[in-house]
Amino acid sequence: MTLLSIDWFFIIEKILLISAVLVLSLVVAMYSTWGERKVAAWIQDRLGPNRAGPMGLLQPLADGGKLFFKEEIIPTNSNPFLFILGPSIAMVVACMTSAVIPWGDTLTIAGRTISLQVADVNIGILFIFGVVSMGVYGIMVGGWASNNKYSLLASVRAASQIISYELPMGLALIALLMLTGTLSLKEIVEQQRHDLWNVVYQPLGFFIFLICAFAECNRTPFDLPEAENELNGGYHLEYSSMKLGFFLFAEYINMFISSALMATMYFGGYAFPYMDSLGLSPNMISLLGFAALFIKTLLFIFFFMWVRWTIPRFRYDQLMRLGWKVLIPLALANMLITGGVVLLRQH
Amino acid sequence: MQALTNRAKPVDRRPMTFMEKLYVPAIAKGMGITLKHLFQRKATVSFPEKKRDFSPVFRGLHVLNRDEEGRERCTACGLCAVACPAEAITMEAAERKTGEENLYREEKYAARYEINMLRCIFCGFCEEACPKDAIYMSETFAPSNYQRKGFIYGKDDLLIPDPKTGK
Ligand code: SF4
Ligand code: SF4
Repeated sequence: MTLLSIDWFFIIEKILLISAVLVLSLVVAMYSTWGERKVAAWIQDRLGPNRAGPMGLLQPLADGGKLFFKEEIIPTNSNPFLFILGPSIAMVVACMTSAVIPWGDTLTIAGRTISLQVADVNIGILFIFGVVSMGVYGIMVGGWASNNKYSLLASVRAASQIISYELPMGLALIALLMLTGTLSLKEIVEQQRHDLWNVVYQPLGFFIFLICAFAECNRTPFDLPEAENELNGGYHLEYSSMKLGFFLFAEYINMFISSALMATMYFGGYAFPYMDSLGLSPNMISLLGFAALFIKTLLFIFFFMWVRWTIPRFRYDQLMRLGWKVLIPLALANMLITGGVVLLRQH
Repeated sequence: MQALTNRAKPVDRRPMTFMEKLYVPAIAKGMGITLKHLFQRKATVSFPEKKRDFSPVFRGLHVLNRDEEGRERCTACGLCAVACPAEAITMEAAERKTGEENLYREEKYAARYEINMLRCIFCGFCEEACPKDAIYMSETFAPSNYQRKGFIYGKDDLLIPDPKTGK
């Protein structure tokens, strides 16, 4: 159907896909809060939430409902516009990243080939980089607008932490780019489909990326912007009701997205072993591929939680030392070695 | 410096070795420990469904006892209130009138007898102090309540049912 030289099916298809991806990230984020509490409980020899619904599965709904009904407080001395802008940025930015992740191969429905990726931009990785670093604005603006010394400290911490860890992250990715020769996430996955997963070639790069992902998501051991016991909750100290919920929620969405990213870039994305020799129909393979990516992502999310309940928070100087004196040199070395090997192989 | 006790342990102040400086082995070890705990038996008792067994000497809510004929044993001597370290017991004594012999065993009885369960520390001294075997600690504990005054237990809460009439 083409009307006014616009392919309307294409638009409908994309809208559906975008909604599906959004709903998926929101639901996963919602149930990550449940998962987080369960994992925390199990690690501490407790049972965790088990009263709301079977196995406590309705707990996220109860929490969300509670947050909605909480009193909305905007501090008198704050800047109301920025105060509301903070959590909004955090949320929007967190949801935006999912656009370039290839959630699966193509599906063929009624003769149309539908790509399970919202936008296969050829600069996928750069896009993610740009958007993720915007995320810190949410924290900074929110912390600044609260007009509270703890929040301000938290936003300063968040800014410098994210700048410091973006560098090694970028350097680790450059090594990956040299190897794959493309910035498109889809192509990176396609290469891994026919070859070994990238983590085999880039173990150090993956490790650096993993550490930086923790820092970018403000997860323990790098949760200094939140730091309940020194900053009273940091940048969301003054927030209540759903604005607080948005901040917390954005963190979980970020975690989901970075898990999906790591799975995509280093662990084959929707590719799984023997996928092309199973003899199944392409649609079936695509769906299985999506399931594979989803499982990998969930494993990473579990890893995030597992680390959170194991390792205590870094001190601020330790954080900076790790970032600048350890990770950046390591990432540089990794980049140089990869470059050398790639050059050698070309000759 | 001489140690004050023989339990003192010197702090290891040797510089960290390379492996220790890497942190990663230590972190991996920690992750192993938490992973082990993930599958261990949980310490939680799911309370309303499952109840933890009390020890045989558990001291729970008090009961005021009656004798075989259903008469109250307490004679309002006040020894329990004196023994109580938390000063949780209040009582008012009254004289038994003729015709009340089937209600009270002694000539003097407690017209009002209150225990404040928020003050009580369930030490059981009242039980030990009582010369008339009138107060005993049972095997339940005070249920929750919305108000403080709900925790002041009067005679109707404490007295056990009459063995004859069942009331
Ligand atoms: S149990 Fe102890 S604290 Fe409680 S009423 Fe008896 S003597 Fe007082
Ligand atoms: S309960 Fe026992 S100790 Fe207390 S007043 Fe009555 S008889 Fe005396």
